Amino acid sequence: MSKQNPKDRLYSRDHEWIKDNGKGKGTVIVGITDYAQEMLTDIVFVDLPEIGKKVVAHATVAVVESVKSVSDIYAPVSGEVIDVNTKLEETPELINQDAFGEGWIVKMRLADAGERTMLLSADDYDEMLKEEKS
Amino acid sequence: MKKTPLYEKHITLNAKIIDFGGWAMPVQYTNVIDEHRTTRGAAGLFDICHMGEIEVKGPRALDLLQLVLTRNLADQTIGQVKLSALLNKEGGIIDDLTVYKMDENSYMLVTNATPKDRDWQWIKSIQQDKHFDCTLEDISDRTGKLDLQGPFSEEILQQLTEANLKTLRFYHFCESPVAGFPAIISRSGYTGEDGFEIYAASNVIGEIWDKLMIAGAKSGLKPAGLGARDTLRLEAGMMLNGQDLNESISPLEVPYGWIVDAQKEFIGSDALKAKQNSGIKKKLVGLEMTGRGIARHGYKVFHGEKEIGIVTSGTFSPTLNKAIGLAFIDIAFSVPDTEIAVAIRDTMTAAKIVKLPFYKRSK
Repeated sequence: MSKQNPKDRLYSRDHEWIKDNGKGKGTVIVGITDYAQEMLTDIVFVDLPEIGKKVVAHATVAVVESVKSVSDIYAPVSGEVIDVNTKLEETPELINQDAFGEGWIVKMRLADAGERTMLLSADDYDEMLKEEKS
Repeated sequence: MKKTPLYEKHITLNAKIIDFGGWAMPVQYTNVIDEHRTTRGAAGLFDICHMGEIEVKGPRALDLLQLVLTRNLADQTIGQVKLSALLNKEGGIIDDLTVYKMDENSYMLVTNATPKDRDWQWIKSIQQDKHFDCTLEDISDRTGKLDLQGPFSEEILQQLTEANLKTLRFYHFCESPVAGFPAIISRSGYTGEDGFEIYAASNVIGEIWDKLMIAGAKSGLKPAGLGARDTLRLEAGMMLNGQDLNESISPLEVPYGWIVDAQKEFIGSDALKAKQNSGIKKKLVGLEMTGRGIARHGYKVFHGEKEIGIVTSGTFSPTLNKAIGLAFIDIAFSVPDTEIAVAIRDTMTAAKIVKLPFYKRSK
């Protein structure tokens, strides 16, 4: 069973989350949801972007590979990559173990804070998953 | 999609189902790495009912098989299994299949799932053309198949059969009941481990599955899906029809030279001789990623700036903990330790040619 979707962040329809970095200046942490890691199963490789890379919302920001599959991770919002989770290079399974915490993927500086309105609350994301599973 | 007799069990076990050549098959029950390691360390049970079985019987059965298959079957004994290739006239591989000699003038061919009908039509057309006195029957629908693979396979299966498995040699089979149902027990498989391929009527295969799961509970037996089957066979350096092999590739270009008997005439043998004489230009080789990334089917392979071929199979190896693959490349670069690169998305990623297999079990 998937873990609870924390209420301290926003969700995309592609199963990514963003959470305020806590350092102000419009920066966020980006990861995939526990439901997404469960669907991907055993993650064995993460292809991280270079710091400084600029991406628009819905463009590929990273690639996550399980034994069988290759999956693009889309940027939930537009912005610039300011940090990557280098721990994933050696321990990609952190995403399986703790998708909402230690398994974060990148940090981004938002290009347009208004894009947050495109995203879902935890409750709305829960609803979407219910529909997807039924 | 077609379903095997075990489909409902897979659903109950919460398997992830994929379309494999028109069959609804379990790709994994828990996750690929766990099922893979369970098979290497204990035992895994695989639903292989999708594969094809064709019976060839009659006074000229051997003559027909000698003509259509690359391997010399003249010295095959009853109870022996032989791997062989079925070629088109140009020497391309239609299928790689196993031949079971059931009796004098009686054989069972075990084919891959996807090319089964193509195999049947091709062999049938040659039988008719040459007026060989024998019959062909596609018994796939009424035949179920389970692969029990891994070091504990023998002790698990031995609980359900009176056949003495200790004396059953690799690539040999016996006909003996399993859990009380008539069955063929073959010591063979597609994982690089010790194990058995078990054939029985499709209407009892579910019961055999259940009895095996019970008999194997103490040994740690788990159901394993096509995902683990793929990583297991790739580590063992085995090829997958339709992915590493196809009708434009001959056995001389892949590690299958050994199943071609150069002394024998068969359909495709002239083409193979001509290829040999004009020089083999491409070869299927093993590769190992030395840079960060996983090679996948269809990625391009380079040597410096020069494109030299394509990855046919690629995965993360759960046993070796690194990315491995097979690639079909220009023969000039096929020597082990040659440094190559695989184009992974936008990045040229370092790799090298390695000898096959990637994994060999200790006996």
